[in-house]
Amino acid sequence: MIVLTMAALTLREAARRKVLRALAVMTFVLLGLSAWGFYRLDAEFGGLTSGEARLAASIVLNLVMFGLSLIAALGTAFLAGPTLAGEIESGAALAMLARPVRRGSVLVGKWLGLAVFGSGFVAVAGLAQFLIVWITMDYWPPAPATGLALLAAQTTALLTLGLLLSAVISPMASGIVSVGLFGATWIAGVVGGVGHALDNESVERIGAVSRVLLPTDGLWRGAMNAFQDPAILMNLGPGMQGHPFMSDSSLTWTYLAWTAVWVALVLGLAGLAFRRRDL
Amino acid sequence: MSAAPTAEQLLADLPPTAAVWCSGLRKRYRKRTAVDDVSFTVGRGEVLGLLGPNGAGKTTVIKMLLGLVRPDAGEVLLLGRPARDPHSRSKVGYLPELFRYQPWLTAAEVLDLHVRLAGATVPAAERRECLALVGLADRAGDRVGGFSKGMQQRLGLAVALVARPEFVVLDEPTSALDPIGRADVRDLMLSLRSRGVAVLLNSHLIGEVERVCDRVVILDKGRIAAAGTLAELLGQRELRLRLDKVDDAASARLAAAGEVTSDGDLFTVALPADPDADIVPDLVADLVELGVRVHAVEAGRISLEERLLDILRTGTEEHR
Repeated sequence: MIVLTMAALTLREAARRKVLRALAVMTFVLLGLSAWGFYRLDAEFGGLTSGEARLAASIVLNLVMFGLSLIAALGTAFLAGPTLAGEIESGAALAMLARPVRRGSVLVGKWLGLAVFGSGFVAVAGLAQFLIVWITMDYWPPAPATGLALLAAQTTALLTLGLLLSAVISPMASGIVSVGLFGATWIAGVVGGVGHALDNESVERIGAVSRVLLPTDGLWRGAMNAFQDPAILMNLGPGMQGHPFMSDSSLTWTYLAWTAVWVALVLGLAGLAFRRRDL
Repeated sequence: MSAAPTAEQLLADLPPTAAVWCSGLRKRYRKRTAVDDVSFTVGRGEVLGLLGPNGAGKTTVIKMLLGLVRPDAGEVLLLGRPARDPHSRSKVGYLPELFRYQPWLTAAEVLDLHVRLAGATVPAAERRECLALVGLADRAGDRVGGFSKGMQQRLGLAVALVARPEFVVLDEPTSALDPIGRADVRDLMLSLRSRGVAVLLNSHLIGEVERVCDRVVILDKGRIAAAGTLAELLGQRELRLRLDKVDDAASARLAAAGEVTSDGDLFTVALPADPDADIVPDLVADLVELGVRVHAVEAGRISLEERLLDILRTGTEEHR
C-alpha cells in the first residue's frame, strides 16, 4: 500500500517537475534530428544496395537509441538523486517518515515509480524512433520488444545505483557519480570490444569486468543486438567486431539473472543505508 | 470461558498508557554527545514544553521519539507501543522544525498524501476543515511551491493534525508566524489539550510555553537540567523593596523572611512557594518599626524566563 502510494507520488513528481519537460524537449530534438538524418541518408545514398541500407540503418538506429538511453539515464539519475537525498536535505522527508511507514517501503515505492517512469519513457521514445526508421528507411528491428525491455532494464539498473548513492551522498553528487559510472562502463565496454577484435584477452577483460560490476553496458549491448539486422554480422563477420554501435551476440540468461540479482542487491544496500541514516 | 472477559476487564481498567514514555535516551554524533540519559513522560492530554538553549539536544530528542534518529541507547514507547514498530506512529502528528512539503503538490494533495501514509480514513470535508483551521481554506488548490514560509508552517500544522492524532509533536511551531498566527497556534494547542490530545512543544518562545504547557522539561547540553510542572518550577515568589536606612537589625529581619539579594537601595527577598498571607504586611510593619523608610514594595512571581536562565547558569557552574 505504502509502496504504491510512494510510486504514484514519484510518478507525479516526475510529471510535475521540469525533468519531464526537459526530457521531452531533448527527446523531441533527438527524434527530429534522427528523422531528418534518416531521410537524408535515404535521399543521398539512394543507390545503396538493400544490404548496405540495412547496415546503415542498423548502425544509425543503434547510435540514436544510444542517445535515447543516455537521455533516459541522465533523466532518471537526476530524478533519483533529488527524490531521496533532496528530500532528506530539504526536510521534506521528516514529516513523511514520521508517519507509520517503513523506510524500506518508501524506498521501494520510489524505486518502482522511477522504474515505471524510465521504462515508460524508453518505450514511448523507442517506439517513436522505430517508426521514424521504418517510414524513412523501411527498416524494422528484429526484436523490438526485447530491445526496449533491455533498455528499460538498463535505465532501472542505473536509477537503482542512483538511489543507493543518494541514500549516502548528496543529491547532485549522486546524479553526477551515477552518470559518470554509466559513461565509464560504456567506454570500458568499447575498450573491451577493441580487445576482443584484436584478440587481446587482458584488454577484453576490462569490458567483461565492467559489465559485471555495473550491468548497464551489458544490457545496452544486448539491446543493440536486438535492434540490428542479424544478417549483417553473418555477412560481415569479424569486420564488425569491436564496433561501438554493433553487438555480435545476444545476452545470456545467466547475465540477465545476474542483472536481476545486481539490482536486488543494490536496492537492498540502498535500503540498508537509508534505514540506518539519521535524518 | 470466564477468563476472557476478566482479561478484557483488566485491560479496560488499566490507566491509558502515556502518550510518550522514554528512558535513558542517548545519542552521540562522532565525538559530540548530543543527548545524554534523557527520560520523561508525556501523559494523555498533557502539554509538555521542551526548553533549552540552542544545541541542547531538543530536536534530536524529538527525532529519536519519532524514529527519525536512531538512539545509541534508551527506549521509547509511543502511545504504548515500542517506537521501533512503525505502527506506534499511527496516531502521531509531527510538525518538524524544518518544515518543507513537496512543492509540486497542492496544499490539499499534501494532506491527502499524509492521510494515506497514516493509513487513516478522513473524509474530504474534514480535510478541508483542517486547512481552514490553519487559515489555508482558500489556498487548498495552490501549489506549495508558491507558499510563503509562514503559509508552509501553517500547512505543516494542518499536516500534523489531519490524521486525527492522539499525540502531536510541534517543533518550533511559530518560528515563521506573525503575532496573529502565534495566537492561533496557542489556541490550537489549548483546544488539543481540551480534547485529550497530548502535545510535545519545543519552543524558544518562553511566553508561549508558559501560557500553554502543563509541564516543562529543560534540556541543557543534552541532559535534563530541570523538569516539573510550572507550579513546581515557578513556585518561588519574590518581594522587591526599595528601602532606606537599613541597619543590621533590619537586614536580619529581611533575611528571616527569605533569601535576600540587594543592589543599592533595592532589596529582593525570595519568598517560599506557598507563603503565609501575612508574611508581607508583617515584614513591612516590622521594618517600619525598626526605623527603615519604605519607599516601594512590589510582590512578583519569578518568570519562566528568569527561572530558565537561573537553571542554565547554575547548571553551567555545576558542570565546571
